[in-house]
Amino acid sequence: MRILNCGDTGVLVEVADLDQVLALQAALAEEPPPGVSEAVPAARTVLLRLEPGADPAAVASSVRALRPSPGHRPDSGEIEIPVHYDGEDLADIAAHTGLSRNEVVSAHTAALWTVAFCGFAPGFGYLVGDDPRLHVPRRAEARTRVPAGSVALAGEFTGVYPRSSPGGWQLLGRTDARIWDLDRDPPGLLRPGTRVRFIAA
Amino acid sequence: MAAAALEVLATGPLATVQDTGRPGHAGLGVGRSGAADARSHALANRLLANPVHAATLEVTFGGLRVRARGTLTVAVTGAPCPLTVNGHGAALNSVLTLADGAELVMGTPATGLRSYLAVRGGIDVPPVLGSRSTDTLAQLGPERPAPGTLLPVGAPPERFPVTDFAPVAAIEGLELDLRVVPGPRDDWFTPEAVGTLLSAAYEVTSRSDRVGARLLGPALTRRVHQELPSEGMVAGSLQVPPDGDPVLFLADHPVTGGYPVIAVVVAADVSRAAQARPGSRLRFHR
Repeated sequence: MRILNCGDTGVLVEVADLDQVLALQAALAEEPPPGVSEAVPAARTVLLRLEPGADPAAVASSVRALRPSPGHRPDSGEIEIPVHYDGEDLADIAAHTGLSRNEVVSAHTAALWTVAFCGFAPGFGYLVGDDPRLHVPRRAEARTRVPAGSVALAGEFTGVYPRSSPGGWQLLGRTDARIWDLDRDPPGLLRPGTRVRFIAA
Repeated sequence: MAAAALEVLATGPLATVQDTGRPGHAGLGVGRSGAADARSHALANRLLANPVHAATLEVTFGGLRVRARGTLTVAVTGAPCPLTVNGHGAALNSVLTLADGAELVMGTPATGLRSYLAVRGGIDVPPVLGSRSTDTLAQLGPERPAPGTLLPVGAPPERFPVTDFAPVAAIEGLELDLRVVPGPRDDWFTPEAVGTLLSAAYEVTSRSDRVGARLLGPALTRRVHQELPSEGMVAGSLQVPPDGDPVLFLADHPVTGGYPVIAVVVAADVSRAAQARPGSRLRFHR
C-alpha cells in the first residue's frame, strides 16, 4: 500500500490490483478513518476526500493502521438484473472468448459480479466477476451512441450504460432495469460493493 | 402578490445556478460541482444572512440582466463588474434592495472572471441529489438560465443582514501566485518537470471552463510513459494530458481521470484560481 499526497483535501491510497482495492474498501467501510468525508474507489486506488480542516497526515496514519483482508469485498447488498442477450457484439464476444453465444450468456449469468467502482458517467459501475473467460478487449472503434440500458463487456469488467452515451465496450444485450434514477435514493442501482446476478430475460 | 422571483433578461456568456455543491455521491461517479469561487459565493450569502448553501447565480464575464418580481434584497460579489440598478450605479459587496420591477445589470468585470448574484432567501429551483448546482460536465442539476427564465426566490431566513458592506480582498489582476502540494504523481515526471512547474508562468487559455482552467506554458515532461489507470481527482489538481499542457481542475472536474496529476493547488487557493480569466498568468509555489 502506498499513500500519496493529494493536496490538503485528499489522500490517495494506491494498491497492487483490483482485489486489493475491494479489500481496502471493505476495511474502510468497517473502520472509517476520522476526517474522511467520502471515498472514491478506482482500478488501483482509493481516493479519500477529507472533511474541511482534517489533517491528511492523520488520515494517512489511520489508513496505514488498517489491515485489509485479501478476498474481502465491500457489501452493498445483492441485486438481480434481467438482460435481453441480443447485443450487437455477441458474435464478436463469442469469437474473442472461443465460446458459443449460448456459452457466453451462460458464463455471464453464472458469474457473481461485484461493483468495484463507478466512473465515466454518473451511475456507471465497473463490475468484476469470477470468470476470466469473459475478458475481452474494447471495440477497435467506439460507438458514438450506445443506448441506455446496454449491458457490455470490456477488459475484466462488465457494465450497464446508465444513460445513452458514446462508448467502446462490447455490447452483450440490454436491460429495462433503471440503472440511474434521480428520483430514487440512492439514484444509482450499481454502487461500489453491490453484488449483481444477471439473469436472461 | 406574485411569488418573488428573478426574471432573467440576458445571461452574458454563461450564467448557472450554484450552491456549495453535491458532496457525498463521488462513489456513484457524481462530482461535487458548486460555485467555482466558493469564497465569493459564501460572502454574497453572508451579506444577506442566508445560509452558505443558499443557491446564487454564478455569472461568467458579466452580461447578466435580471428584473425583480416582488421586492428583493440582493448582493453581488466576486469579479468586480460595473453594476447598475435601474440605470444607477450600485456597489459590489453590499446589500442592495430591488423594488418590484427593478432591473439589475452587470457589465463586463474589469478583473476576474466570475461574479455572484445572491438574493435573500436563495434561488429556489428544485434541488437534484441535494444540491441546486448545475454540473456542466455531468449535466446534472438545474438547466442553464436563459432569457425568459423565472428563478423563484425562497423564503427569507429568520436572521437579518447585520452589515451593509463587506470589506474583501480584491480580486486579483492578471498575475496570480497559487500554493501547491506536489503529487500524487510527481514521480511520473522528470525531476526537472516539477522544478519547471514551480518556476515558470502558465497562461490561462480561452479553452477554460467550469471543468478546469487549461494552461499554456513550458512542457512538463513525463518520465513514466505507461497508461495511468483512472483514479480519483480533487479540485485544484494539475492534471497533465499527453500534450503536456496542464489543466487546473475546478468545480465541475471529472470524478476520476486517467492522466497523472503533478501537483494539487491547496483548497484555499482554488477559489482564487477560479477568478483567473484567459490571459492570466499563474505561478505555482510550495
